[in-house]
Amino acid sequence: MKLRCRSTKLGKVRFTSHRDAARIWERALRRAELPVAATEGFTPRPKISFGLALPTGAESIAEYVDIELREDAADVDLDALPERLSTALPTGFDVLVVAERHQGTASLQEAVTSVTWELWAPDLDRDAHIDACRLLDADVLELERERKGKRSVDDVRPMILEAQPTATDDRLVIRLATVGRALRPAEFARLAYPDLDPVLVRALRTHQWIDCDGQPEELLPLPAGLDARPVEVLA
Amino acid sequence: MSTLWPRIEPLLAKVQKPARYIGCEDGATTPRHDKLDDGDTVAWLLAYPDTYEIGLPNQGLQILYEILNERDDAVAERTYAPWTDLLTEMRAAEVPLFSVDTHRSAADFDVLAFNLSSELVYTNVLEMIDLAGAPVHAADRGDDDLVVIVGGHAAFNPEPLADFIDAAVLGEGEEVVSEITEVLGEWKRSGRTDRVDMLRRLAQVPGVYVPSMYEVTYHDPTDDDPIGAVAAVTPRHPDVPPTVDKRTVADLGEWPYPKTPLVPLTEVVHDRLSVEVFRGCTRGCRFCQAGMITRPVRERPAEQVRTMVNDGLRRAGYDEVSLTSLSTADFSDIEPVVKGIIADNAAAENSCDTLTISLPSLRVDAFTVGLAGEVQTGRRSGLTFAPEGGSWRLRKVINKLITEEDLYGAVESAFSQGWSRMKLYFLTGLPTETDEDTLGIVELAANCVRIGKQYTNRASVTVSLGGFVPKAHTPFQWFGQNTHEELRRKIGLAKDAAKKAKGVQVKWHDAAATTAEGITSRGDRRIGAVIERVWRNGGLFQEWGEHFDLSLWTEAMDAEGLSLDWYVYRHRDEHEILPWEHLTAGLHKDFLWGDWQDSLAEAGVEDCRWTPCYDCGVCTGYGIEHVVASPIAPAGGSQGTGQDLSRGGEVPVEIMRRPTPAGAST
Repeated sequence: MKLRCRSTKLGKVRFTSHRDAARIWERALRRAELPVAATEGFTPRPKISFGLALPTGAESIAEYVDIELREDAADVDLDALPERLSTALPTGFDVLVVAERHQGTASLQEAVTSVTWELWAPDLDRDAHIDACRLLDADVLELERERKGKRSVDDVRPMILEAQPTATDDRLVIRLATVGRALRPAEFARLAYPDLDPVLVRALRTHQWIDCDGQPEELLPLPAGLDARPVEVLA
Repeated sequence: MSTLWPRIEPLLAKVQKPARYIGCEDGATTPRHDKLDDGDTVAWLLAYPDTYEIGLPNQGLQILYEILNERDDAVAERTYAPWTDLLTEMRAAEVPLFSVDTHRSAADFDVLAFNLSSELVYTNVLEMIDLAGAPVHAADRGDDDLVVIVGGHAAFNPEPLADFIDAAVLGEGEEVVSEITEVLGEWKRSGRTDRVDMLRRLAQVPGVYVPSMYEVTYHDPTDDDPIGAVAAVTPRHPDVPPTVDKRTVADLGEWPYPKTPLVPLTEVVHDRLSVEVFRGCTRGCRFCQAGMITRPVRERPAEQVRTMVNDGLRRAGYDEVSLTSLSTADFSDIEPVVKGIIADNAAAENSCDTLTISLPSLRVDAFTVGLAGEVQTGRRSGLTFAPEGGSWRLRKVINKLITEEDLYGAVESAFSQGWSRMKLYFLTGLPTETDEDTLGIVELAANCVRIGKQYTNRASVTVSLGGFVPKAHTPFQWFGQNTHEELRRKIGLAKDAAKKAKGVQVKWHDAAATTAEGITSRGDRRIGAVIERVWRNGGLFQEWGEHFDLSLWTEAMDAEGLSLDWYVYRHRDEHEILPWEHLTAGLHKDFLWGDWQDSLAEAGVEDCRWTPCYDCGVCTGYGIEHVVASPIAPAGGSQGTGQDLSRGGEVPVEIMRRPTPAGAST
């Protein structure tokens, strides 16, 4: 049996890295005593795979992990699983939805074509967010960035699919394409808020989308009535 | 009193590895604001003066954290040294040292208690005291300031830190933290006045040393003694004990801690469950301070080891457990325990396919290798042994009684069972060491490669060479450390010889760091000014190669009119009052001196767990004794039993339940 989980990373744990999160999940699955399948070979590893890496420091209510259970394992109660896993995970990591992943479904990395983020910072007001939306008016948006020691200048305009302030005006909602070289929220912030140190711009990933006949469709929608919004951590 | 998190959070976005500072570990204390805000509760901030990755796994700190938090009248949180990038941000934003549990300011606590596992962290201790907002000098602290306490192995010579600490704890902390809590609680209830009176009462708690309660005088400098050795250490009050004895828990079985081990969210140095199987070591290696100051041997009951492993693995979700001690293959019930852990896992409903049991500090013999083979799953890549000395003669000097046959037997056994890389630890700069001994290191390694080549073409041996630093409370405390230049020369000798030895690689510890460690390890109170200078000149994280700078230390020594020759390189004689002479780990000075003389005569001593007592003073002096899990010595390890045990099996030795004085018949 293969499972797909949607979970959160909220609060202080936003400062753990993607690699840390993978190790946290491995331990949590053992603590939850879930019969996870293992790879063959000298050093067997649990068969779990993660979706697009969340930048260290960003929060999310749309993190995905695929888990393969052992073939000989008894059936697992899917409805009870979110709570069972959340208990085994540290505070801030909560499993929201678990669904069976059917044979032939594309892997997370292949399936996701765009991601929605909310961006905010204490120094950013409505006007700043409205200004940021003007990036959509540009034909070309050149961004100089570095990866693995190589500098390059790319046109990142095609990666910005949507941008608009939230109803409360204190945050900007953007949808960024993930196919090809992804545009990171911090890179977007450099373009959108040139006067602000991008590390001070907070980011919350709210959705990961797959393409369904040209329309974005949520990978695993949240059940009605489930409020996964983060609460600001004070202590 | 409230959390600093909103002020810390923006800083974390700017630094490397921010997960070091968030806490949130499984096993961490649920914040108990009410308790911390309660005026009478004694609040401890347990500090590790190095990075989170190094400090988090520290078992001593985790044990005290739990014991204190179990008490109604105490609360404990943790803090680690912020890396230099965060330090810069904190100084700029005026954010003080904070706890990682609830991110409270250090000033909200009553005690700042450091675990000192080595000497090069001392400048970090000063940085953290300062960052906590307390005066760096203990004499300048007032009634509202933190009480600064140190413990851990390096605290057995706390004199270099005497100016900066209010108290040092000698030995094991399980019991004494509660006694300290009671003294501090009483002080708080009485309105926190008269700090000096509180310190005087602390000085009466067994195991607690309060430097300010003792006056140290020095001899006037002479041509023979240009600095002036200690003349006397005198208590300032009649109720302050002239000698402070270490604390030792009699039975490890009564302290099954940590019960809820901390599971970090980010990678740390020992990222696995640790279960301590015994304390103390009776092998008597003369260079080893840990072996000397933690006597006697107290083994944990085998059944408790199994329970702690099983509970810990289930609770933490780890797939690896380390059975820790100073020499784990010496645990008298090691084989049944290891087999039991494997059986327990196999029988579990959801057994872990990848369970690994690691046995650090392996003894050098074939039995041990067989044991390692039983517990290691997956690829067999490397195995580490520590012969420490390059010749049998030198190994008798240091009392590491491993014969060449022991080593070759262990290595052959390892290569034949599929391991391909060996790592051999050696010390250089040992007493009586000649170039022949140094070259012997490479020869041993080359012979090991030769044995390995019979089994695999990939056979290789890495020699790891560390410079020897004599430590307080060991038979080598009188020995003049090799000079920086001499250590470098010896390392060079080994490196050159290894160039001609195929398959042998030499790695070495920086001789400059060894020299700096020598300044602090046997220093007296006058070294405090040197540490302060190094700290004020920016010398932080001196354990880290990228930050270590010997010139900071030598310049500070010069500025204080102190010399490396006198503090580091000089042999001491029997009659000199050593700076730590008023502090004791229970070892009689005449025993240590006798052992030093035996060492120079190349005479070894046996493992006193299985042979008659030679009265080092610890068991008899403290009325405690070795506690073993099994009446049968573990197989292997010819040392001490005087038998050839390389093939394993039972050892019919008579167990000494109550050690008898030297000379008594058995």
